[in-house]
Amino acid sequence: MLSVTNLHVEVGGTPILKGLSLEVPAGEVHAIMGPNGAGKSTLSYTLAGREGYEVTQGTATLNGDDLFALEANERAARGLFLSFQYPLEIPGVPSLTFIRTALNAQRKARGEDEIGAPAFLKLAREKAASLKIDFDMLKRPLNVGFSGGEKKRMEIFQMAMLSPKFLILDETDSGLDIDALRIVSEGVNALRSPERGMLVITHYQRLLDYIKPDRVHVLAGGKIVASGGPELALELEETGYDRFSQVAA
Amino acid sequence: MSLALALQSGDVTSLPSRRDEAWRYTDLRAALRAIPEASPKDGAMVPAGPFAATAEAEALVIVNGFGPDRLTVASGEHRTVSLRFIASAAARAHHKALAIEVADGGVLTLLESHEGLGSDYVSDLAISLQIGAGATVERVVILNDSAEAISVVTATVDLGANATLNQTVLTTGGKRQRFETHVSHPGQGASVRLDGVYLLGDARHSDQTTVVSHKGEGGTTNQLTKGAVRDNARAVFQGKITVERRADQTDARMGHHALILSERAEIDAKPELEIYADDVSCAHGNTVGALDEEALFYIRSRGVPLIEARALLISAFVGEVTDRISHDGARHVAQDWLLASGMGAS
Repeated sequence: MLSVTNLHVEVGGTPILKGLSLEVPAGEVHAIMGPNGAGKSTLSYTLAGREGYEVTQGTATLNGDDLFALEANERAARGLFLSFQYPLEIPGVPSLTFIRTALNAQRKARGEDEIGAPAFLKLAREKAASLKIDFDMLKRPLNVGFSGGEKKRMEIFQMAMLSPKFLILDETDSGLDIDALRIVSEGVNALRSPERGMLVITHYQRLLDYIKPDRVHVLAGGKIVASGGPELALELEETGYDRFSQVAA
Repeated sequence: MSLALALQSGDVTSLPSRRDEAWRYTDLRAALRAIPEASPKDGAMVPAGPFAATAEAEALVIVNGFGPDRLTVASGEHRTVSLRFIASAAARAHHKALAIEVADGGVLTLLESHEGLGSDYVSDLAISLQIGAGATVERVVILNDSAEAISVVTATVDLGANATLNQTVLTTGGKRQRFETHVSHPGQGASVRLDGVYLLGDARHSDQTTVVSHKGEGGTTNQLTKGAVRDNARAVFQGKITVERRADQTDARMGHHALILSERAEIDAKPELEIYADDVSCAHGNTVGALDEEALFYIRSRGVPLIEARALLISAFVGEVTDRISHDGARHVAQDWLLASGMGAS
């Protein structure tokens, strides 16, 4: 599914990722944990195709497709979805219009027919109900004036609507209270399937109580410095990241 | 100095130029070396105009300056008129004056289109608009001039007590294009909304100039112009609101906000408020910025290609203006016009 090999990335001439390798097979949820500045967001932005993240070495493929040969929107059409740590507000564009535009752009890129309005609305009502999103909220401009929790729920809603093959959740727990965290996690867990892979990037172990990972990786100093089962997350909660920072340096 | 004068006299030195403060950003003298011959009468069939879909509208067509001189709406009457100015000539010039009178209590929905079917024509249109007491005019204008055209439209509006003028101008510019609106505002419960949208590419130029003079107590003016320029295009916004000494309780707001999409594009904005009364509420805001790169990435990360993502952000930005059009048919035409503008390409 997702395969990253010896990835080196610079931002503004400064090396951030320094030889990161990672394999996430279909059906598995992997967590990446690490201290501030370790390169967690750089990894997610680089995989999603944001400008300004220069790959100087290494490869990343999704189901064999070379991600770095594709534009950000092409990566999305191939099934990659990045849930933003800070989802953007898009004034003037109703949320439903935005999602329908995105869904149809993806379908067009894959050579599929556009989804009609009735089928789209039916799907939207269904998914909104399961995420406890008020349908009227979907008529408001995307994320404008939404609380932190509402924005994250909207990310999960978009995920559910676009039905991507691979999800990257970048600090999805930040800014969430316990109730919102539970709703968001349930939404993510509902998307777990044998065909779908997930990379959950988080600073804290808390999110992993709700979204149970198959593997946990520690990112420090721009590379993966340790990998293990779910117990590694608990261990980190106890001991902190200090010892890994030393390993990386 | 005016284009009308130059067309009449055949003398290019009568053209307004950058030496005239009011024409500083729209130099006609530099754009026109000689005054062309008069445009011919053209009896050919014209294709459907931009407001053709709003079936309720009766049409009034003026081709190359030939056509009716007057449009009247009687007291208590409600008319929806598609007013079409068509320029079909090349290297020719014409001037036309049109008087529009809406009697007390009348209602006019004016769907006005300027359709450049020719190429390097010169067009000068003078519209006088008399709006009687308690009368309402909603004027929605689409300026669809050719890229080589020089076009000036000057509307002089005389507003009665408790009358309403709601105006929205949508333009893609020309070689030199100026759309001027002068409003004599009586106060006395009269209300004016003067809006504009410009979407300019290539080497196009558009100038929206408004002058509103509040002469009596208790009037409102609300102005919102938004636009985007790319390539070598140039947009000019000059908005002036004067509140005279006795015009207390005036409420006047002016906003101009623009996106600049390339380094070679230019926006010249000159908002002016001149206030001689004491008890007024006036405000103006003016901003020019670029498209939000982060928002663009966010949209693209959901699968929307760059050109569409840009177009989405641009039409959302200026859509705030077209949303203010109250006539449903005209609003839909304006929204389609936005989507068809192709501003997302870079």
